[in-house]
Amino acid sequence: MADDFLLQMRGVSKSYYSTQVLKDIDLALKPGEIHAIVGENGAGKSTLMNILFGMSMIHTTGGFEGEMIYEGQHVDILSPQQAMDLGIGMVHQEFMLLPNYTITENIKLNREVLKGNVISRLFGERLKTLDMPVMNADARRALDSLDIGIEEYVKVAGLPVGYMQFVEIAREIDKTEIKLLVFDEPTAVLAESEAEHLLRAMERIAQRGIAILFITHRLDEVMEVAENITVLRDGRLVAQKRATETNIYELAELMVGRKVEKLARRTGKIWDDTMALSVRDLVVDMPGEMVKGFDLDVHKGEILGIGGLAGQGKIGVANGVMGLYPCRGTVLVNGEPLLLNHTPTSIQHRLAFLSEDRRGVGLLLDSSIELNIVITAVHNQDKYLRKFGPFSQLDDAAIRAYALQMIHDLDIRCTGPAQMVRRLSGGNQQKVCIARALALNPDILFVSEPTRGIDVGAKRLVLETLVRLNEQGMTIVMTSSELAELRSVCDRIAIVSEGKIAGILQPDDSDVNFGLLMAGRGAQARGADLLEGRQGATAHG
Amino acid sequence: MVKKIVDFVHDFGLARIIILGFFLLLCVLAVVLRLDFAELLSSSLVRIGMNGVLVLAMLPAISCGIGPNFGVSLGILAGLLGSLIAIELRLDGYVAFTGAILFSLPFAALVGYGYGWLLNRVKGSEMMLATFVGFSAVSVMKIGWLLLPFKSPEMAWPIGRGVRVTIALHNRGLAQVLNDTLAFNAGGVVIPTGLLAFFLLCCGLVWVFLRTKTGVAMRAAGDNPRFAEAAGINVDQYRMIGTMVSTILGAVGIVVFAQSYGFLQLYEGPMFMPFVAVAAILIGGASIKKASIANVIIGTFLFQAILVVAMPVANVFTADMASMAEISRIIIQNGIIIYALTQTRGE
Repeated sequence: MADDFLLQMRGVSKSYYSTQVLKDIDLALKPGEIHAIVGENGAGKSTLMNILFGMSMIHTTGGFEGEMIYEGQHVDILSPQQAMDLGIGMVHQEFMLLPNYTITENIKLNREVLKGNVISRLFGERLKTLDMPVMNADARRALDSLDIGIEEYVKVAGLPVGYMQFVEIAREIDKTEIKLLVFDEPTAVLAESEAEHLLRAMERIAQRGIAILFITHRLDEVMEVAENITVLRDGRLVAQKRATETNIYELAELMVGRKVEKLARRTGKIWDDTMALSVRDLVVDMPGEMVKGFDLDVHKGEILGIGGLAGQGKIGVANGVMGLYPCRGTVLVNGEPLLLNHTPTSIQHRLAFLSEDRRGVGLLLDSSIELNIVITAVHNQDKYLRKFGPFSQLDDAAIRAYALQMIHDLDIRCTGPAQMVRRLSGGNQQKVCIARALALNPDILFVSEPTRGIDVGAKRLVLETLVRLNEQGMTIVMTSSELAELRSVCDRIAIVSEGKIAGILQPDDSDVNFGLLMAGRGAQARGADLLEGRQGATAHG
Repeated sequence: MVKKIVDFVHDFGLARIIILGFFLLLCVLAVVLRLDFAELLSSSLVRIGMNGVLVLAMLPAISCGIGPNFGVSLGILAGLLGSLIAIELRLDGYVAFTGAILFSLPFAALVGYGYGWLLNRVKGSEMMLATFVGFSAVSVMKIGWLLLPFKSPEMAWPIGRGVRVTIALHNRGLAQVLNDTLAFNAGGVVIPTGLLAFFLLCCGLVWVFLRTKTGVAMRAAGDNPRFAEAAGINVDQYRMIGTMVSTILGAVGIVVFAQSYGFLQLYEGPMFMPFVAVAAILIGGASIKKASIANVIIGTFLFQAILVVAMPVANVFTADMASMAEISRIIIQNGIIIYALTQTRGE
């Protein structure tokens, strides 16, 4: 019985240092089976694949627990090379192709077909010539099996992304020994028709007896092609189902579902019906997080969450409004139009921003805590300066006093206000960022991924700080990949999919609705508030 | 204990430890060989004062993010031009010194502006560009020196057009004008009060500048441009300000250098001067991303003192190695620059 399986993973667990990222995962795969693995960002999909490929980051951090059985044999895959030798291939999310080589050359790279010539007879193997006709024929065969009518002698540079994806796949299936192929979010960059084409190609590949692991968050695609489905959440296996025995609602719920712990906060609404922020048709050109026509209204005094999967554009919204990435559209702050693409104006309109890239954008790592806290206020509001006619000097006493107050109020653990920020822990660095935003005395605070890279205890403190600021009247727009976190503090949660609002939900809405909106299937979400015109209605209700 | 030593070596830098060790070794040798220590100290002080402002010119450049200013020759050229104008106008003494600086300022500011604009176009490879901008400007000015219509017999060639290669400053009372100001002899050591005071004054002014609103924004722009953008700071603008201040300090620096040296050196003269200044601030503990006034003072002292002590020590061993000081200067100078470049890690 067990011999029927191509690959079995049993009780696979993995910890990075003390953080458990995978626990007790079982997975079994037959030849010719398409097996989907679905889960949110951070559910453990990538880690599982890294284990399968023997990536070095697994083995340099203490390896993993559990066992892998491949073709009936117990295997320890210690390097990607070994995985390839076993016949395991991967179609990457980012293309690994050489743009100035032809499609054939890319497909055959490092596996070229050679033929002898005079010189090679004298000087050996390395000087053999390439057998281009045979290589072209091989490439042609691989492309044909995917039903791609593209010429094999064309250079990869300039091909549409969809075609590049197929070249990647062709390279993998051209390997004669290939037995298992992993598709990592292959449709993320594809247009709908291309995605459809890809799914057909996957089915054809499976018919040849090659097993496919299909990693995705698009649930409808899963239902369309997969035979079996594994759902991961927070590093645990929550369900394994046959596609015929489930539906996307159930999958959505399984993918998202978790207990939502509401942080202690005021009952009854504090926010009123005036709009602190109105965004219309916002387009932000932020690589990897493109926003494509985003509409949103934020009430004064509310905490609005922006959620969604990575790469869908949720991060781009705050970066665009703050002028950090080129954008267009209309933004009204307290009813006044905001000049876009100019950060100082955004700051003058009393907007403040905690960047998702804390160490890259959020901090001057080699400067003191106190300088980090005051610098934006010094530059934009002439605070903490002593003036001498046209000249100015930093007001050390005022800076020190404010820094000490913030260190006390926000409980920043440090040796003193002069300590370098680099030496602080992630949570304390985040508090320094919050302190800097507060120094500007903002009306609206944008917070992106406030708890990323912070340990559990500090997470709670940061979230509680945000709630406390909100109770003092600050409007907060919080962007986060962690849905549970949004649901624990937000008044309303906007889910972004493909650069647009997929819908706005209440924190206590059902897991199914959250899952469906995140998976880009808003039309199927039941009871969700989907139409922009109805946002106001939800706010009142 | 071992870990402490390793940490110290790591923080302080192996190259700096070797240089410090070399300096101490030279000092011990100087004592053993019974060299005149007072005289060595005197000339060290002079060389620190005369080079100090040029080294200081590196500070705003590193702070604003363009890295060590290998193109400070632009400022040096502006300073030389200002000095020539002062001589042409027959100014004397302090007036000549002040005049030389004032005349050079507009040139330095203008050139610094254009240079800053250029550097903003090549973010990431400023040092390479700066080096070649410096070389090109020095070469172009070789033609400039021949064409400029200076008539003063002190500097014009006796026949034909243009100015001479080396111009003596003694006639105008410009030579050693700062060195001799309030100079006094303390137990055989001559203290060039005016020169050192001027250097420290410049350090003080730069320190104050770095604490103004402009200076703080400039430091942020240099330290982390993405942070600065998010804080509403116009990074390009502040990089240009830093470049201009650096160029202006280069102009002031060469005037101070020339009055102490007693001559203006045109043509080939400014070609390699930036390297001396870059090496000095790096020896003082600066990196190509971060520097302070202390780095300037310590670095100038260490670098110049080594050169002063090395020469007589080498001469004692063998007369043939009279060029030992020059050789060690080049080894130390280029060695420390290479060391600093290898220490830059991507954040």
